[in-house]
Amino acid sequence: MLLIPCPWCGPRDESEFSYGGEAHIARPREPESLSDAEWADYQFMRTNPCGWHREQWLHAHGCRRWFNVERNTATYAIRAAYRLDEAPPHREDAL
Amino acid sequence: MNQPRRLEQGGLVDRERPVGFRFDGREMQGYAGDTLASALLANGVNVVNRSIKLHRPRGIVGHGAEEPNALLQIDRGAATLPDRRATQTELYEGLEARPAVGRPERDPAAAMGALSPFMPAGFYYKTFMSPRGWWERYEQVIRPAAGFGYAPDGPDPDIYDRRNAHCDVLVAGGGPAGLQAALSAARGGARVILADEQARFGGGLLASEARIDGGPALVWVDAMVAELAAMPEVTLLPRTAVFGNYDHGFVGLVERLGDHVPPQQRTGPRERYWRVRSRQLVIAAGAIERPIVFGNNDRPGIMMASAVTTYIRRYGVLPGRKAVVFTNNDSAYATVAALRAAGASVVVADAREEPGALAAAARQQGVDVRAGSAVLSAHGRKHVTAVTVGDLARHRHERLDCDLVAVSGGWNPAVHLHSHIRGPLRFDHDLAAPVPAPGPEHVRSAGACAGRFDLAEVLAAGAHAGAAAAGALGFEGAVAAVPDTQGADPVPGALRVLWRAPQPPEGKAPAFVDLQNDVKTSDLALAVREGYRSIEHVKRYSIMGFGTDQGRLGNIVGAGIVAELLGADLETVGTTTFRPAWTPVTYGALAGEELRELFQPVRNTPMHEWHVARGATFEDVGQWKRAWYYPRPGESMDDAVRRECLATQRGIGALDYSTLGKIDIQGPDAVTLLERVYTNNWQKLAVGRCRYGIMLDENGTPIDDGVTARLGEQHYLMYTTTGGAARVLAWLERWLQTEWPQLEVYLTSVTDHWATLSLAGPYSRDLVRDLGTDVDLDPQAFPFMSVREGHVAGIPARLQRSSFSGELTFEVSVPADYGLWLWEKAFELGEPYGITPYGTETMHVLRAEMGFIIVGQDTDGSVSPLDLGMHGLLSNRKDFLGKRSLARPDFQREDRPQFVGLQPEDPETIVPEGAQLVRNPDQTTPVPLEGWVTSSYYGARIGRSFALAMVNGGRERYGERLIAWDLDAGAIPVTVTAPSFYEPPQG
Repeated sequence: MLLIPCPWCGPRDESEFSYGGEAHIARPREPESLSDAEWADYQFMRTNPCGWHREQWLHAHGCRRWFNVERNTATYAIRAAYRLDEAPPHREDAL
Repeated sequence: MNQPRRLEQGGLVDRERPVGFRFDGREMQGYAGDTLASALLANGVNVVNRSIKLHRPRGIVGHGAEEPNALLQIDRGAATLPDRRATQTELYEGLEARPAVGRPERDPAAAMGALSPFMPAGFYYKTFMSPRGWWERYEQVIRPAAGFGYAPDGPDPDIYDRRNAHCDVLVAGGGPAGLQAALSAARGGARVILADEQARFGGGLLASEARIDGGPALVWVDAMVAELAAMPEVTLLPRTAVFGNYDHGFVGLVERLGDHVPPQQRTGPRERYWRVRSRQLVIAAGAIERPIVFGNNDRPGIMMASAVTTYIRRYGVLPGRKAVVFTNNDSAYATVAALRAAGASVVVADAREEPGALAAAARQQGVDVRAGSAVLSAHGRKHVTAVTVGDLARHRHERLDCDLVAVSGGWNPAVHLHSHIRGPLRFDHDLAAPVPAPGPEHVRSAGACAGRFDLAEVLAAGAHAGAAAAGALGFEGAVAAVPDTQGADPVPGALRVLWRAPQPPEGKAPAFVDLQNDVKTSDLALAVREGYRSIEHVKRYSIMGFGTDQGRLGNIVGAGIVAELLGADLETVGTTTFRPAWTPVTYGALAGEELRELFQPVRNTPMHEWHVARGATFEDVGQWKRAWYYPRPGESMDDAVRRECLATQRGIGALDYSTLGKIDIQGPDAVTLLERVYTNNWQKLAVGRCRYGIMLDENGTPIDDGVTARLGEQHYLMYTTTGGAARVLAWLERWLQTEWPQLEVYLTSVTDHWATLSLAGPYSRDLVRDLGTDVDLDPQAFPFMSVREGHVAGIPARLQRSSFSGELTFEVSVPADYGLWLWEKAFELGEPYGITPYGTETMHVLRAEMGFIIVGQDTDGSVSPLDLGMHGLLSNRKDFLGKRSLARPDFQREDRPQFVGLQPEDPETIVPEGAQLVRNPDQTTPVPLEGWVTSSYYGARIGRSFALAMVNGGRERYGERLIAWDLDAGAIPVTVTAPSFYEPPQG
């Protein structure tokens, strides 16, 4: 069970959280201008890396805040948690 | 009572304290300090179980967690435990044990053994594949003959505890390495938990004649335990298995608090599940001796060498007087010494051509040591009576009478806990086994589980591991002193790798790799012949290492044999993945007290007790208990629902509507939020008005619906479905936080704050007036789909005119604590109007007569609002969640299933929900599917049965006759109609 460092509450058991999938996927500003393929890309396509992954978590049974986490999908290590209004702490090429 | 195999003296059992127990109906006696296994051996019991597939007689093989055979059913009734390893079951007065499979002596299915050659791996899959569909029939015959153990015959009467704990250093295993590690870490100031699955700390020292610091090893153990027990930051957990090592320092432990006590004397919880977050973990789990495979190597009386040593030294039990020790390494010479000291005769078959100094010393003492030899096969059926011993070159062989075979094929470090969190393994060529490689930083293995067997080295390694773990957390290093040792047992040195003995001269005999699952060498050979290469695939095909055994005893040997068969080396073949749990954990321990009423909170409305008193039946909607219907004496559910339906049409029907989800939405951007999450327009909704809305996910699928009222300029109250309230709140919060943080909107769940009475029927206005209100009830002043704030019966109230039934309806919401009072007042004053309580079933009928959907019943994840005919609710003016998906070509198809009504030709026939719609059920299969029924009732107000359904291109098919087909109800003719049945009254 992961120990997730909520930026607001500190480290808490995974059982207090729910998972939100890959982070930094912005909803298109004008969905109706997108092709079906572009809309499908927003909806369904994810990077699914083996390694560092930026993802959304919700402290559902705590402060009820969404935030982002950098978690390694191979080792499950978590190296950072950051608020939605913060920039990712590691550069893209470190992922 | 005699214990024929009990030695006169020696061991840790107390001969002054006899303990009576029963095995398979026979009265027996052991001593305090025995396990069930040692007591059975002392009593001369050879066969303790039957094997799962072939029903071969099986005896005790090991002395701990690795035991594959002695899985016994402990005690009877609701508290019985199936598949308990006798080797880990402490004996208590009155314990009753029986085999988990078959009967030990006269087993009705013993003939299965003769079929062994005809039942290789995959036998069931290959044999019972045809004719198609017959597996269910075969299964009825096969299942009763298979399986381990018997289920309890009632709910578990025991209670189970759960505890969360944090520590700096968790030490798994309380042998010499674990004790040293715990003390080193604790002396450095760390908070330490030391857990060991046995009742007594000491691990391998419990069966050792080593001396530590000049005294017996157990004196040293006791001193260590005493020092640890006196330290306030140390928690000692005997009888506690560390069963799982999970991510981020989370470790699962199960403490067996009551299993060693007679059931009637148990107090408090039977087991306790410890959920530990440890910052550092020291694994000191020891090692497991592995067998060498030979013909009929499953005969009772063939045991692991270390088990024989343990039974002699720790329990004072000599499992046989005429022993053959079969080894390929030095460690079994401890068994030779123990057997001789106990008075047994010993012949050693040592696979090594030059067995070395220990063998030479044994020879000098007169032991017959045969170098380069192996046990090729065993003889005897219910107990070994002889073995064929031959040299590995198969030049010579000889039959030796014996009543005990002690086998040592080397040792496998217990890397399980290390592997649970993907700790890497390294192949140790001296041991021919995987050992832990440096893995996750917070985990260290020490002692035998790290491949170190020399006692002095183990003591030093434990001390250093404990100090390093504490040091990594910033505690001052305090390496515990490494004491002097003498007389320790030989380490498994000078190993000659031998996985299986050559075939015996008398021909093939079944040679078992996995005793618990009846997997033979020939099964592995078959798997390889059939093309399996990965050890993971071989495992799954042959079922080697399945079940509660998890390959603790046989997996490395099995992998070694597969490597030989493939012509590869074991390092390349590798091992299967070790996963939690190390040993089985009861469901009781995992569930703890989260049972029955503590499983999930129950939510009752303020009027709940009234419903109970009125004889309502209830249904669960999410966590809520909702009144389902209110039968009068003698009424069926059908009668009650029809009466309740008609009351809303003719008098007043009263519904407890308090469970509906309510989200208070405030802020300057509240309307913008509504615009984005609902499909329709909200900007022009005036204060005091309300509107129905449906929300979609980004796939364009409805996720919830309900009415939202505008209470003020920047203040809305959103109603959700009862079961959807939490989900909708989370949905709104997610979008506000992740995508629209610039919106200034505040959401508050107010579901529990309000009690709501929904009063429906022609006299509902009269009743609200009679209750007394300062709200103008005139239809001009308070029209349909409006909301007003004021007072009702002197209580602050919100009045809303919305309706799912089509009847004149007033929804009266008051602060929750007034709910019951107002409800009772309404029934008091409503009596002249025929006020009638109704429940969720009537609610469903009424809404269905109106053609209103229930999201999740009439819809699923494939249905769009276009399919539902909700085009008028889809705004062209704005974007909303899911809108883009509605433009996808597939959602635009005209022949998609569309929401329609159905009228059965017989107005009394109710079509089963879920029935399939076809044109002609007598067509040749596959019959084309035209749709399916989503809701179906008898509509009392319309005086006939009706249904809602999804029908392909249904909106163009009104008037068409279809057949609803259901397995039980058969064919029911129906006519497709518009999804609306009830004509609401005017006003």
